[in-house]
Amino acid sequence: MLVLVLISLILLSIGHYTQWLSPIRSYINVFSTPFYWVTNLPSKTVEWFDEYIVSRETLIKKNRQLRKKLLIQQTKLQKMAALYSENIRLRELMNSSKLLQDEVLIAELMGISPDPKVHKVIINKGVLDKVYVGQAVLDAFGLMGQVVSVTYNTAEVLFITDNAHAIPVYINRNGVRTVVEGVGDLYSLRLSYVPNTMDIVAGDLLVSSGLGGRFPAGYPVARVDSVNYDPGQPFSTVYAKPTAQLNRSRHVLLVFREGHVGLGTTQ
Amino acid sequence: MHWLVIASIMIAFVLSVVPTSFDMRLWRPEFVALVVIYWSMYSSEHFGVFMAWCCGLLHDIIELSPMGYSALGLVVVAYISHLSYQRIRSYALWQQAVWVFILVGIYQLLGNWVNGLMDKEVESPTFLIAAMITAFLWPLVVVTMRSVKIRFRIP
Repeated sequence: MLVLVLISLILLSIGHYTQWLSPIRSYINVFSTPFYWVTNLPSKTVEWFDEYIVSRETLIKKNRQLRKKLLIQQTKLQKMAALYSENIRLRELMNSSKLLQDEVLIAELMGISPDPKVHKVIINKGVLDKVYVGQAVLDAFGLMGQVVSVTYNTAEVLFITDNAHAIPVYINRNGVRTVVEGVGDLYSLRLSYVPNTMDIVAGDLLVSSGLGGRFPAGYPVARVDSVNYDPGQPFSTVYAKPTAQLNRSRHVLLVFREGHVGLGTTQ
Repeated sequence: MHWLVIASIMIAFVLSVVPTSFDMRLWRPEFVALVVIYWSMYSSEHFGVFMAWCCGLLHDIIELSPMGYSALGLVVVAYISHLSYQRIRSYALWQQAVWVFILVGIYQLLGNWVNGLMDKEVESPTFLIAAMITAFLWPLVVVTMRSVKIRFRIP
């Protein structure tokens, strides 16, 4: 028994202090996929029923609603297209680099990490779909997290709210740069080392800055919730709420960056 | 090893990854620990500490947690069950459930220590909620497993 305890402790410390286990892990993790697949079956079935057993009236109604929505979005998009090209022209005038359009891939949530202290999910796209470690994951409302390991047909996504995660951002209103880190709470993020003199108020939108090269720039990350300024402390305590619906989104977007080579994709 | 023992462990693995909302995860019973404790107590000649360790390692792979995380806890819990099964088996079910609460509590505590080493914040007594729910499940598990055991003649 003592031997087994010792082996477990050695395994744990190897896993924590070195990277030796991670290549092995990406192979072994394939074994976990069937379990998540099985537990996903009931919701899949419900989804199937929702999709295929619908009355004609509801379909027509839904179709009408969607078309209306599409029209509105398209009108907005027309404006966007003009703005986009104008932006490029202005940037060219200023001799700065062109903005790149990111390509996206839609993935579906397969499972959630069962450990209550870990904010990780498993999605149903992997090496086969050219998913790579470090890839940004979004939903319709903002940045969710990044891919931390990939297997053949699944990938693990670490959320921005996990307390092992931090992301460089800037304030959309004035461009001040800062870093947002997770605290292990799904509804709040902490801004680290905010000087007391920094211009930040509740309601400010924090946008990914792309510094550090991991996340694409310009995606909304969080909205400032509270700014607590204490003159006795060197830094203010600022909390923000993620704009992405981390608890609800079932479909997520994986962002591919142009010319980006995977940071250690396993075959 | 009887195929039903393996099947019960597989079911426990599946139950332990059933998706729930993020906030409900604290309330999930420790199914794998429950099954391991059951087989260590009621089939102790055939379900040793090494088996418990293997279950723990598999559990870690499936839960995507660091290797050795639940293996450590399950080894300790199985060892204590092996030391105490002769006495505990003669107790009433609710008294056994209290013992199971303590065992799962130890399992959770070890897991929490490991989490502490990995800089994951530890909320002090909230992790015992799962241990409590696991203990409530114990009488149910014993009653069903006992009939399964007799029906299929598992040694």
